[in-house]
Amino acid sequence: MVLQPSLKNCLGLSCILRTPKAGFRSTAGGALVIQSVSNDVYQNLAVEDWIHDHMDLEKRQVLFLWRNSPAVVIGRHQNPWQECNLRLLRQKNIKLARRRSGGGTVYHDLGNINLTFFTSRKKYERMENLKLVVKALKALRPQLDVHVTDRYDILLDRHYKISGTAAKLGRTSAYHHCTLLCNADKFVLSSVLKSPYKGLKSNATPSVPASVKNLFEEDPSLTSEMLLDAIVKEYVTQHQIDHHITLINPADETLLPGINNKTKELQTWEWVYGKTPKFSISTCLNMAYKGSVLDVKVNMDVKHGRIEVCNIDLPEQWLPPALYSKLVKSLTGSKFCPNETTALVTTLLRVCPQDDELHSRWNLLCENMIMLM
Amino acid sequence: VCIHRVRSCSSIRFIKSKYVCVFDKSALKFSHQQRLFRTSAVSCGQIVQFKLSDIGEGITEVTVKEWYIKEGDSVSQFDSICEVQSDKASVTITSRYDGIIRKLHYSIDDIAFVGKPLVDIEIDASKGVASEEDVVETPPMSHDEHTHQEIKGHKTLATPAVRRLAMENNIKLSEVVGTGKDNRILKEDILNYLAKQTGAILPPSPKAEIIPPLPKSETVPAAPKDKARKIPIPVSRPIVFSGKDKTEPVTGFQKAMVKTMSAALKIPHFGYCDEIDLTQLVQLREELKPVAEIRGVKLSFMPFFIKAASLGLLQYPILNASLDENCQNVTYKASHNIGVAMDTGQGLIVPNVKNVQVCSVFDIASELNRLQSLGSAGQLGTSDLTGGTFTLSNIGTIGGTYAKPVILPPEVAIGALGKIQVLPRFNGKGEVYKAQIMNVSWSADHRIIDGATMARFSNLWKSYLENPASMLLDLK
Repeated sequence: MVLQPSLKNCLGLSCILRTPKAGFRSTAGGALVIQSVSNDVYQNLAVEDWIHDHMDLEKRQVLFLWRNSPAVVIGRHQNPWQECNLRLLRQKNIKLARRRSGGGTVYHDLGNINLTFFTSRKKYERMENLKLVVKALKALRPQLDVHVTDRYDILLDRHYKISGTAAKLGRTSAYHHCTLLCNADKFVLSSVLKSPYKGLKSNATPSVPASVKNLFEEDPSLTSEMLLDAIVKEYVTQHQIDHHITLINPADETLLPGINNKTKELQTWEWVYGKTPKFSISTCLNMAYKGSVLDVKVNMDVKHGRIEVCNIDLPEQWLPPALYSKLVKSLTGSKFCPNETTALVTTLLRVCPQDDELHSRWNLLCENMIMLM
Repeated sequence: VCIHRVRSCSSIRFIKSKYVCVFDKSALKFSHQQRLFRTSAVSCGQIVQFKLSDIGEGITEVTVKEWYIKEGDSVSQFDSICEVQSDKASVTITSRYDGIIRKLHYSIDDIAFVGKPLVDIEIDASKGVASEEDVVETPPMSHDEHTHQEIKGHKTLATPAVRRLAMENNIKLSEVVGTGKDNRILKEDILNYLAKQTGAILPPSPKAEIIPPLPKSETVPAAPKDKARKIPIPVSRPIVFSGKDKTEPVTGFQKAMVKTMSAALKIPHFGYCDEIDLTQLVQLREELKPVAEIRGVKLSFMPFFIKAASLGLLQYPILNASLDENCQNVTYKASHNIGVAMDTGQGLIVPNVKNVQVCSVFDIASELNRLQSLGSAGQLGTSDLTGGTFTLSNIGTIGGTYAKPVILPPEVAIGALGKIQVLPRFNGKGEVYKAQIMNVSWSADHRIIDGATMARFSNLWKSYLENPASMLLDLK
């Protein structure tokens, strides 16, 4: 059911409950089911933030259903370089998002359902939520072998992970969200979640890799819609409310005031990359130059996504010392980002002697450095 | 009392956060935060150990992942203190007290224990502030603070216009008392709230309430002087702009631009401008656009401009040269690597099309497409961005007619193209016709380029574009 236009004047999600709709009893119950009409990962994460910050969850719990177009979502305290193949993401135009909850890295596409259970802080209970999901799955397909582990994963056939969990707790409210693999692209999933970056040392939360399987592979008659419906059915039964899903447009500033700012913040470089805990890189560039291979040791410290310290162990006089120090000085303090580094290093080349040999060495070194990012 | 506090407590920030003795706009942030305090019998400066409270689910230990405050910062109740993680759950720990952080008991990545002290907070005394009922309001979010600040979860009714007004003035609707129907917040409520916040230099009053300042005379409409008027004119309260300056280091694209332009300063520029009649070219492009589209390439005017420039450079190679550091030698570059200034989301970037002298117009168009899509995705490589010998900047796509472009070292010339305008012009028969006119502004390095050379090059380039068929004669 779609939001009536008149509701657009009524602000705050609570109004949806208070206004009775034709042919539908107003819910007195303590829960609400909403679904996002958007497939944009940033918009959907912003809705989670909005509900967490603005809704009074004491009296009323919320179940939020959402799906995203291809995106990799890392946990609050994770390191994207450690978790995924950023080069591949950029090439394939797959978005990278950092959520506010903890936990590990997941790949989302339209074949994956996301469920967020919003409760008051006191009623935070992940196991209950996951048991609800399992109950729903079993009600839909009794022969499915699905169960919840003590790590809050849902396993299929005791072996394959079909759902991962993460949570965010605030002062008065909390949410627990989980994924559910219906029909996601496993090939893309495994290739993007493999990091090619070597020599990274970090205290960021590491992900625990797992074998995954789609529910669709187990039973081709299953669709995302059926699974969503089954879960909602179980939820409304348990919360004794009507089976009704309210659609939410995450771009609607009238309904969710301040949502667009939240969406924008989630997309900023400072949030996605800048929130990476401090890490260091210690690696060796193998540069093929004029028939021989140069081993160049590189050591960098990256804090808030910016290069704090940079050491490149070049053979003596391979680059003029003045130029080398300009390079290091330029890199220090700048983002650990290929785009920005490219802009900086190519600019430096403009103001140094126009020597083809020098240019080719410079380009070789810089390209190798940029590969690290 | 305020003065007494200055002498007895060493931290000035302590004072600002306590009273609305604001001396600058940045303190407005603090003036919202300290409202009403819990009544408790504490004397000034008591250190309280704020213990890590129960996380739930039987968890006893967590890892500290991020501190939002540091020692010496003042905090209000409900401000975020830190972020801890436990088994896939990220928890925002908020302060229970108002006061100053005196000690952090853990560093990042340490394990913290539930029930053990997390931070030491020096509590504010409640002396000098009326002890109100035990209600504490949540502080408003300022745009650059973490959005982990908790907001009291009550919904506020307000029209979009009112909400916008609130947001523009950095006001939390939950803090405003609504006087409309159903406690709806009206515009007047926002203005009343604002008036209360604009405490200028005020003496501390025994009550916590802040007296609104008198509006300045220039903001009050002049009409009240007219005593003959019977109808009272509503005096609008001044809207206070609570924005503040933001200083940040110059990095990334801006830093690159600083370096380039600083180097460009050393080059003595001279300018030369002209007007080009593109009527025939516009028609030609219209005919060729679909042909290019069939081949999967979007054809703009730039490929023509670029190719014409290359043909011109064949006749005037000094414009495709480079002067060395000491101005001792001029290097005539064999390749025409023509740069195209591009405006990306992050700033100015100038990739170049390599070896235009051996490319067809279609080749150039195809390469431009590739560079443009890489540019907007932020994926241009170093080879795309280096080796340029001559640059064109099509500022006309955004607007403008004449410009004064800056030469990008180590090049010696650059052209800025204005927008194409439809203007009346006279043809050979003296008749007025509709002409497609574009202006070009050249800049060149006057150390090795003279005006005459630039003018002749420009005329040649112009003639190729005004009569595209003539390009055919000289195409290589």
